[in-house]
Amino acid sequence: MIKPKDAKLTSLRDLPHEILKSIAETGVIENENERSASFLHMDQTTVYDKINEMFQDQIIMMDTKEALKKFDWLEQYRWKLVDPDKDEFTKKVADDWSGGYFFWIQKGAKITFPLQSCLLITENRLEQRVHNIIIADEGSEAHIITGCVQHADVDKADHIGISEIYVKDNAELHFSMIHHWSENTLVRPRSAIEVGNNAIFISNYLSLHPVKNMQMYPTAFNNGVNSKSSFNSIIFADKQSMVDIGSKVILNGEGSSADIISRGISKRKSKIYARGKLVANTPHCKGHLECLGLLLGGETMMAAIPELEVNVEGAELSHEAAVGKIADEEIQYLMTRGLSEEEATSAIIRGFMDTRILGLPKDLAAEVNQYMYEMDFGA
Amino acid sequence: MSSYLLDIQNLSVEVEGTVILENINLSIPYSESYVLFGPNGSGKSTLLKAIMGFPSYKVVNGKIIFDGKDITNLPTSERVRMGISIAYQHPPEIKGIKLIDIFKFCLKKKPEEDLEPEHYELIDKLKLRSFLNRNINVGFSGGERKRSEIVQMLLLKPKLILLDEPDSGVDIESLRLISQEIQKYITETGSSALIVTHQGEILNHITTGRACVLLDSTIHCYKNSQEIFNTIKDVGFAKCIECQERGVKIND
Repeated sequence: MIKPKDAKLTSLRDLPHEILKSIAETGVIENENERSASFLHMDQTTVYDKINEMFQDQIIMMDTKEALKKFDWLEQYRWKLVDPDKDEFTKKVADDWSGGYFFWIQKGAKITFPLQSCLLITENRLEQRVHNIIIADEGSEAHIITGCVQHADVDKADHIGISEIYVKDNAELHFSMIHHWSENTLVRPRSAIEVGNNAIFISNYLSLHPVKNMQMYPTAFNNGVNSKSSFNSIIFADKQSMVDIGSKVILNGEGSSADIISRGISKRKSKIYARGKLVANTPHCKGHLECLGLLLGGETMMAAIPELEVNVEGAELSHEAAVGKIADEEIQYLMTRGLSEEEATSAIIRGFMDTRILGLPKDLAAEVNQYMYEMDFGA
Repeated sequence: MSSYLLDIQNLSVEVEGTVILENINLSIPYSESYVLFGPNGSGKSTLLKAIMGFPSYKVVNGKIIFDGKDITNLPTSERVRMGISIAYQHPPEIKGIKLIDIFKFCLKKKPEEDLEPEHYELIDKLKLRSFLNRNINVGFSGGERKRSEIVQMLLLKPKLILLDEPDSGVDIESLRLISQEIQKYITETGSSALIVTHQGEILNHITTGRACVLLDSTIHCYKNSQEIFNTIKDVGFAKCIECQERGVKIND
């Protein structure tokens, strides 16, 4: 039985400097004035949750276990979108888990600062099992940043995370997830999203660090009339990373629409499977899938696997996919503008990973761009 | 010290195992603009790319001396640093790199640094202000591409400018604009130029001295650029071959 430790923080600043630095890269910052709420689940314990005074009446946030005790009705939202018997990983979390975050954005609340949540692993050989539930209530607007980070001292760990997200009628939820794992981490997120009438769900995913083995295939159910989902992801797979990642949108609501955009870069014996699936179950729906990949050097692999399933007449689904290497001509061109071959290659890679496709909050976008500017892409 | 800014000696160049240029000799003095004529496929662009030092253009014989230094084995970026700059005929499109980014590369500026007012002045003169945040060359017209090439080239402050068909696929207004700026730069800085042209239209806008004709992988003759162009216009490149056969020497 997983038991939480008795170790609450009074502020994110209580964390050691090196942890603050690595969680900042994922958008989780110590300056809580710029965030509407902050949540930290460290190893198997929720050690911090605090709502900015400005947003006290607009957000309810606590550990999922605590929330289930407090709100009887919440049980209906648990294991509703994700099937506990789906696979060995969901079964493990159904069997025993350490908590997770519960965010409830109140009806009509416009949360102008992002909420931030961090799932942190500091214990070697830990298997972290969390279950997160988000409810963006009717007419609300919010941006959640969630960073998943492994401490540099941890050699090996597993992370299994269930996330069930409900975007109610007329609500708009932006969900930016940044992963910072390591070469020995096994990662299995299992996420599903329900999008209501005229509601918008936008997911941004970024992973710039190696990971041993990562597999996820979040599914959005666009059940509402005119509901809209977007999944944007950028993956840089390095040092024998094995990444199998995709997004699926089931278009059930009349007038619903979806975009899936991904950029993948594979380097040093890494493999990327970039999947995407759009399913049209209603006549007036639209969807587009775009998947671009870049291979850096030999012994790398990327498979782009787009799928379109149209079950009714009148739906408009399309996709485009391309995987290749950087054109020599582009490198040469930049070299005639004074860049070395390495600088030219890095500039093209940074451009390819265009973070503008992710609608990140300004401070986070600047942080990510700065980090990418310092990254060594030398092929 | 040599009186030539660029001195190409017995240069032979191979691309993917095929010899494209053979035994090229070409010397451009300081502060002079030369024109390079030649039919399609004669290797004019190859010569410019070999001068820039593109890796796939392999020098198998001879050498290139620039500003008194042997640059035959130097990488492109080093040649650019020494003062050689090229304006492409067909610049590539690069998604994710904006026009402003490439201007900053030319000026060795960091991404967070801004351009100076004088740079914006040049950008405005060449009507590129509204393109700064567009991906480089993506959806640009012929004239817009040429204008962007010239701004990039001038920002690098070169001693030698290489222009690859600046007058092809370009509207007359753009040609007038770019020629003005090139001529102004050449006059003010005393830079040299090597201009590849097919149409010859650029000769009406930029003062050039001698010309050379590239035929059968070799450079054949030098003469007054306008005179050569008129001959080519009238009778084609046949006359140049004739001259060559008669043994008319270069630098007559």
